[in-house]
Amino acid sequence: MLFLTVLATGIALVPLASILVYVGIKGLPALNWEFFTQLPKAVGEPGGGLANAILGTIILVLLAAGIALPLGILTGIYLAEFGKDRLAPTVRFLCDVLTGVPSIIVGIVVYSTVVLTMKRFSALAGGIALAIIMLPLVARSTEEMLRLVPHSLREASLALGATQGRTIRSVVLRSALGGIVTGAMLATARVAGETAPLLFTALNSRYWPTGLDERIASLPVYIFTYSTTPYEDLHRLAWGAALVLVSMVLGTSIAARLAAKKVNGGK
Amino acid sequence: MSVKIKVENLNAWYGRNQVLKDINLEIEANKVTAIIGPSGCGKSTFIRCLNRLHEVVPGARVRGHVWVDGQDLYAPGVDPTEVRHRIGMVFQKPNPFPTMSIFENVAVGVRIHGLKPGVKLEEIVERSLRMAALWEEVSDRLYTSGVSLSGGQQQRLCIARALAVEPEVLLLDEPCASLDPISTLKIEDLLVELKKNYTIVIVTHNMQQAARVSDYTAFLLDGELVEYGPTPEIFTRPRDKRTEDYITGRFG
Ligand SMILES: Nc1ncnc2c1ncn2[C@@H]1O[C@H](COP(=O)(O)OP(=O)(O)O)[C@@H](O)[C@H]1O
Ligand SMILES: [Mg+2]
Repeated sequence: MLFLTVLATGIALVPLASILVYVGIKGLPALNWEFFTQLPKAVGEPGGGLANAILGTIILVLLAAGIALPLGILTGIYLAEFGKDRLAPTVRFLCDVLTGVPSIIVGIVVYSTVVLTMKRFSALAGGIALAIIMLPLVARSTEEMLRLVPHSLREASLALGATQGRTIRSVVLRSALGGIVTGAMLATARVAGETAPLLFTALNSRYWPTGLDERIASLPVYIFTYSTTPYEDLHRLAWGAALVLVSMVLGTSIAARLAAKKVNGGK
Repeated sequence: MSVKIKVENLNAWYGRNQVLKDINLEIEANKVTAIIGPSGCGKSTFIRCLNRLHEVVPGARVRGHVWVDGQDLYAPGVDPTEVRHRIGMVFQKPNPFPTMSIFENVAVGVRIHGLKPGVKLEEIVERSLRMAALWEEVSDRLYTSGVSLSGGQQQRLCIARALAVEPEVLLLDEPCASLDPISTLKIEDLLVELKKNYTIVIVTHNMQQAARVSDYTAFLLDGELVEYGPTPEIFTRPRDKRTEDYITGRFG
């Protein structure tokens, strides 16, 4: 039995390890000072970097997090603490459905609403698309974490004469903070690599981001466009972009774990 | 002698399950009143009705009156948070807030209700910890986590937390159920000390404890008040056959 579980664990780790090693080997040669500081060159010209795409991805993810975290956390609080009526199961069900919607569909929907209304591709539209993907993840993970807070703590607070709102703020949220932060960071990491919805919304750009109503570059979209060209040079940059993206996602996930540990073990 | 709490025709339900049936009794001020009875007879439910905590359980319902100093807690318009501010509670399992330090655990109630002008939070915390006979043991580590304490210390921390908001009544639901004998004795001594300033209602399944600490004893069975009176009488000359069976241990 032990042997089988060890074997299965080993097999499960093979894809992760090979992705990291392969992306590392292919991507590392592309990474240099220029990669992180320069704009992309025109096709055929050697050199250039993807600084705008790195910045773009950061902006898009921050935008998405800025929209999805407050909404998602508040929804999670509603589901866990207030949702005793018939609306809550419906909201929960919608969240679960939304989690299952393919991200390309989210892209199309945001295209046909935001992009067509604004009559332009924009960072804002990209951020909204990513936020829609993030929202149900954040809401459900927040709900789960709040449900883990023992009932006895809520009662201890109520018995002191705290209102329900105060109890949630001072006791429940504080106790669940580590888990909520972890959930939020994992959801952020999850959308950082989304490509399909960005193709319909933020599109791409060869320049530095100038405004939220402008198209914006991002690492996933650059990986997609560069790796589908026949140019060896651009393939190399695409691998570099892949390595940076994987590192960002991995870094966020590890930070999420550490944050959870720090808050939970916080003395 | 003065009556602090008067319970009148108190009934309580969980959903359709009625667990308290027409309870009537008067609790004296500055005395310890013990609630005894077999497990599941409604002791916890009863004291949770005294600070309106019963109603926070989904589907739970109360009918009847609980008069505290002549005010009915169940009159329309009474704010349950105000009731719980006046009537403190300590639970069966010690439940300090795990994210807060010892200091913060005691201070949190004061922060919720606001500090009276001219009073220092540090003083309230120290006084409450002293009243709970915990100060000597924790004064050098007030800023460590409350859950780093032993079970008995945690329970006294919970008592200090309840005392810090200056309640008039202290309800304790089997506060020693999970504690060792030494911690139990500490808490019993403490109750005798505290009744000078507070009215105390304690649930216990420990007959000796009821006999040791209480002035009055109420015996509950299947949600009904079987017998109520001065503790020595209940333990030496019970009037009801069922009370006698229970205190002599001839009961389920
Ligand atoms: N949260 C609850 N939901 C439903 N029934 C409950 C709940 N708590 C207690 N009960 C029921 O109410 C009755 C009285 O319980 P309780 O007041 O806890 O008794 P005691 O404290 O004397 O052991 C028991 O039959 C118990 O099963
Ligand atoms: Mg009980």
